[in-house]
Amino acid sequence: MTFPKNLKYTETHEWVEEIGDGRVRVGITDYAQDQLGDLVYVTMPEEGDEVTEGQSFAEVESVKAVSEVNSPVTGTIAVVNEELAETPEAINDTPYEAWFVELSDVEMPDNLMDADEYQDFVEAEA
Amino acid sequence: MKLIFERSVPGRSTTIFPECDVPETTLPESFLRAEKPDLPEVSETDLSRHYQELSKQVYGVCDGFYPLGSCTMKYNPSVNEEAAALPGFAGLHPLQPVETAQGALRVLRLSEQYLCELTGMDEMTFEPAAGAHGEFTGLLLIKKYHELRGDAARTKILVPDSAHGTNPASATMAGFEVVNIPSAPDGGVDLTALAEAAGPDTAGLMLTNPNTLGIFDRNILEITRIVHEAGGLCYYDGANLNAVVGNARPGDMGFDVVHLNMHKTFSTPHGGGGPGAGAVGAKGDMAKYLPGEHVVEKADGTLAFEKKEQSIGRIRSYYGNFLVQVKALAYILMLGGDGLRDASQNAVLNANYLRVLLAPYCKVAAEGICMHEFVLDLAEIKERTGISAMDIAKSMLDHGMHAPTMYFPLIVHEALMFEPTETESKETLDEAAAIIIELLKMADTDPEALHSAPCHTPISRPDEVKAARTPVLTWKRA
Repeated sequence: MTFPKNLKYTETHEWVEEIGDGRVRVGITDYAQDQLGDLVYVTMPEEGDEVTEGQSFAEVESVKAVSEVNSPVTGTIAVVNEELAETPEAINDTPYEAWFVELSDVEMPDNLMDADEYQDFVEAEA
Repeated sequence: MKLIFERSVPGRSTTIFPECDVPETTLPESFLRAEKPDLPEVSETDLSRHYQELSKQVYGVCDGFYPLGSCTMKYNPSVNEEAAALPGFAGLHPLQPVETAQGALRVLRLSEQYLCELTGMDEMTFEPAAGAHGEFTGLLLIKKYHELRGDAARTKILVPDSAHGTNPASATMAGFEVVNIPSAPDGGVDLTALAEAAGPDTAGLMLTNPNTLGIFDRNILEITRIVHEAGGLCYYDGANLNAVVGNARPGDMGFDVVHLNMHKTFSTPHGGGGPGAGAVGAKGDMAKYLPGEHVVEKADGTLAFEKKEQSIGRIRSYYGNFLVQVKALAYILMLGGDGLRDASQNAVLNANYLRVLLAPYCKVAAEGICMHEFVLDLAEIKERTGISAMDIAKSMLDHGMHAPTMYFPLIVHEALMFEPTETESKETLDEAAAIIIELLKMADTDPEALHSAPCHTPISRPDEVKAARTPVLTWKRA
């Protein structure tokens, strides 16, 4: 299981990557995809939607269960990764490349975990 | 196996029609099809073999052990079917005059009386067609209650994170916002979180007790008190009533509305043999809003239907799945109060017996005595051996057992949820436990065999991803 150093993490197993200009990309972690099993559907928000930190903005469905994906930050949906909606298996294959959305007008909250903290968190949970 | 369409030969047919004894007529051209429908044409022999073959592909309670958790797959006594097949019931038309259907009304009246006594409710409706439909109905009652008091602020329903998925779904369908309440370490509701969440926007709480971990929430009186003090109502999801029926009543626990699953607790079939039925009971004022036609006894002893003035309105045509209710009543009458109490005690005993047999070989999700079901947590086994809950469940199929419920509740990651029910003997439980223990040991000794199971079922492991993403739901002629 990998925990890239350049990302920040939530307790609900989302990752967030700062890409400059107050913009971030958001996805779900390696641990999350491993727990969910093979993913079959992703329900995406609309571009322009406002999202709130800690609130659900997308849904993932695996062969086991449907789960909500919470936004690690407050902001506006600038870009939706439509390609991912067509190929949800990419989340299983390359979870840290499989970004769901790009958000703009984001201020990074300070309660997010770095890679080491998240790794400890996951190990404690398992 | 061949599909019925693949057995079809043009011109072959099953039925020899009697001579036509009414004048022939011709339909107007505009009502006629341009082409013949593509329906299978088979002989009666072929048809009977088709269904016989289909029947061999399925597995039911009559085939063997069926510990599907949260589903209460108990044996369905034959006497239930005999009662429902009586011509006076089976031949009824829902629109015939009530004077000619007094027996049927008596079934509803008696069912209501017995089920209210068992649940501590005041009145009951038999319209809902199944459990989730009952949840939806119950939530509409709660909504109506707040609406009539002019309290529009109560828009939220509290649902514990161990709940059945139908709870948040029904609440959303009924127009509420769902607030998730976390579980405490012992598996029950986290009282602090509940107290924080309950407030002037709380319409109600939905709760299963015992919950999906098979734990009876000892704080139940405190839980319902917190919700009531915040001005909300308490809804009892009767999915797990089989653990307590005859011993404890939701009404006494502080619940205002309940639904019951006839196809679980009251031994009517789950699909196949007939639809479900999800009676909803209500206490006090809430009973005024029950849907549909309610049976009342008139001064002369005859029965009649009466519509409640403040009813939420119909939620299903006619009187629900009436014949299912006949079966459930037959079960209640056959067992009587003492029998029902003994049945649920045996359901709890059987679950605990199986739990104790399996516990040395796999972690149990909640410590201590369980109620009618328990959850194994295979996370540690998966971490160590790569064998998942799915692998064990699939391997059980090869040994002539149905799988337990998998990956539920969601708060346990590698969950196998067992509910043996009271209708299994000690011998069956011993035999099942021996096999399951053997499979759990194989996780270390022969994981490959478990990964490739099942080998002896009509279908081995379907491609679940493909089945979910590109299902083929219709047959097309090649």
